Amino acid sequence: MNTIVQVEGLSKTYGKTKAVDQVSFEVQEGEIFGMVGPNGAGKTTTIECIEGLRQADQGRVRVLGLDPFKQERQLRPLLGIQLQQAHLPDNLKVWEALDLYASFYEQTLDWEELLAGLGLADKRETAFRKLSGGQQQRLFIALALINDPRVVFLDELTTGLDPHARHAIWDLVGGVRERGKTVFLTTHYMEEAEHLCDRVAILDAGRIVALDTPANLIAGLGISERVIFRVSGDWNPAGLENHPRVERVEVEGDKRVVYGKSNGSPNPVPIVTEVVNILTAGGVPFSDLRTEQPDLEDVFLSFTGKRLQEERSA
Amino acid sequence: MRGLIKYTWTEMKLFLREPMGAFFTLAFPLMMLFLFGSIYGNEPSAIFNGYGTVDISVPAYTAMIIGTTGILNLTITMATYREKGILRRLRITPVRPQVILIAQVVVMFLMTLAGVLLLVLAGKLVYDLRFDGNALSVALGFTLGSLSFFSLGFVLASVMPNARTAQVVGMVIFYPMLFLSGAGMPLEILPEGVGKISTYLPLTHVVTLLRGLWTGEVWSQHMTEVWVLLGVLLAGVLISAKTFRWES
Repeated sequence: MNTIVQVEGLSKTYGKTKAVDQVSFEVQEGEIFGMVGPNGAGKTTTIECIEGLRQADQGRVRVLGLDPFKQERQLRPLLGIQLQQAHLPDNLKVWEALDLYASFYEQTLDWEELLAGLGLADKRETAFRKLSGGQQQRLFIALALINDPRVVFLDELTTGLDPHARHAIWDLVGGVRERGKTVFLTTHYMEEAEHLCDRVAILDAGRIVALDTPANLIAGLGISERVIFRVSGDWNPAGLENHPRVERVEVEGDKRVVYGKSNGSPNPVPIVTEVVNILTAGGVPFSDLRTEQPDLEDVFLSFTGKRLQEERSA
Repeated sequence: MRGLIKYTWTEMKLFLREPMGAFFTLAFPLMMLFLFGSIYGNEPSAIFNGYGTVDISVPAYTAMIIGTTGILNLTITMATYREKGILRRLRITPVRPQVILIAQVVVMFLMTLAGVLLLVLAGKLVYDLRFDGNALSVALGFTLGSLSFFSLGFVLASVMPNARTAQVVGMVIFYPMLFLSGAGMPLEILPEGVGKISTYLPLTHVVTLLRGLWTGEVWSQHMTEVWVLLGVLLAGVLISAKTFRWES
């Protein structure tokens, strides 16, 4: 496996704020590497130092063995970048944008195919300003792929998109990896990181607080699954609390939250099955039953003591 | 090279799709020509050394178009490109900044030229426009005036914080200058005080140079204008090279 991106001790300060503080990691060829964290965690500063748009105060950055700031010219043809904020002239048509950007590179993909693959074929003649947010984003992804880059950088690629457009773009990114590209992305959607990334670095206040595959990060927490349901009447949960795999039961009005683990090898039985069996056996009338698995959101909470969701709306 | 040609062609199409830009460069000067032509006609007049109003208006309006493309179109385009992140998107391609600047200069130059050719054609057909100069000299003077104003436009675009300010400042500079420099109406019919102010306006020197060359005067009579415009051009290129920014 080749190392595509190498970052050692990267630091960047704006005024008195340490935007990025001693960040180190490597990205291997062919993987989708994600950097997650709330707004202001330093994701964009980090990605822009790697893209050669900003110069780090300290540390060493190499992309394909080149210094992105000093060897920008050599690197540009090899990289595909989707910026968090970018624009095209309002009256530029979709096909003109692709045709123009293709002319800047020696080697390019067939942009007609790219357009079809991104579901923009019928928008060929549409001016940039008349595209929806999702369509503009797909056009920027097309522009990032037009030179058949070895490394693709995607900064907050689905921010502001509706769930449908977001899922369509996830499929696209998966397709990019299948063509052997290395993908480096940032996001503040944990679900996105979990769905797309082979490895995830969790960034908080300019530092990497955790870095591993999503599965390992979640497993490493040892956090319980939750089974949530409502009961009518006065029901004593003692029967549940005494079960060996149930850790505790929370009572909030008629709502019950059961914490427990499913990993009962050699014959794994999901904790939810156990709970339902106990409730049914006891003739307890229950409703609205659902389960919650630990996810990257919980990982973030455990490493930073903060909820990403709250951070985002703050 | 392929990138430069395609980029220039694209910018040309974008210029023509922007109704305001195309109007003030191509249509408005014609409206002025027909308006004042219909009021004053083009009879030889003593105030203008035996030339008619239209004869001396065509080189003056040429200066007006140069001012429009340089101080307004170019400034607003570049400031908008920077503010919106259009330059930022270009920066992450292998395209060199020179290509972006050259394409703008070429487009503004060709659009200015198109506006002038329309004026000359209309003047010739409708008012029997008189031309006593050397076509090559006029072309050279036109190029000098254009380039020095384009360099001013780049400076303005670089030092203005955003597109809105660039537009307002561009207009505040351009419109008074249009009328005080003799580009909009001949200095001969304006009060004497205006003539004194006009010496300090770069556009006056474009008007004087072009009117002179148009009526057959020679370069040696216009060295002041040449030096002023060369100075503006040089200063503009140096300052804009220093102050160019990809993003705001």
